[in-house]
Amino acid sequence: MADNIKMRAQLKGDVTELKVLMTHPMETGRRKNDLDEVVPAHFIQLVTISLNGNVVTEAQWGTGISKNPYLTLHLRGAKVGDMVAVVWHDNRGQSARHEIAVTAG
Amino acid sequence: MKGTAMKRRGFILMTGAALLSGLLLPLRALAAVWNKAAFEATTLAGATQGLQVDKETPSADITVNAPDRAENGAVVQVEVISRIPGTEAIAIVVEHNPTPLIANFMFAKGAEPYVVTRIKMAETAEVKAIVKVGSRYFTAGKQVEVLENGCG
Repeated sequence: MADNIKMRAQLKGDVTELKVLMTHPMETGRRKNDLDEVVPAHFIQLVTISLNGNVVTEAQWGTGISKNPYLTLHLRGAKVGDMVAVVWHDNRGQSARHEIAVTAG
Repeated sequence: MKGTAMKRRGFILMTGAALLSGLLLPLRALAAVWNKAAFEATTLAGATQGLQVDKETPSADITVNAPDRAENGAVVQVEVISRIPGTEAIAIVVEHNPTPLIANFMFAKGAEPYVVTRIKMAETAEVKAIVKVGSRYFTAGKQVEVLENGCG
């Protein structure tokens, strides 16, 4: 499932810049396909970001986040080698998790 | 307020435990956490009610950066920065979307009240950030002209 999340965490001065790209259709449940059928809602509802196992940011999302969601966040107090993890859960019970080490910016 | 805060704390503990044990959150637990009332509200008032925001005060200490014009409403990049000490959460709302509440980011120790993300916009509207500081709420916005509906 790691293919579903691409991420990078770079220490820049005091702040670690975390960039995350997730692969997800983010279907609103209102879009119609070529056969004029409504495509069921399928979207990420919860994203959790942790630093060395401690939750630092928790996001709840609706259907208004764009397909293949993108995020930049700024973490404070991280050192090179610290571990940043991102987990998402969607409305169908699917999830993905990816973890990387903080690198020097 | 209190109930939500407690639920949230419980959730963070639960998530922490799930991460440590390598388990994933069961769907039932997720359903209990996700703010269904706020996210499924079809009016801005309904969304803010769902977030339990009674009144938002405009603040110059919040910056919302977004393009003046978006060719395609399916992908509009938005940056929100709060310089208000004690910022706990940043919600992003778009009044004219079918469901105005886009996202609610909750920050714990170790994260700056800062976020960049990409959102869908149905039509020209103000992208608004609602910042939670204790039991008070502050707001700032940026008008974005949308040329093509991105909420399909």
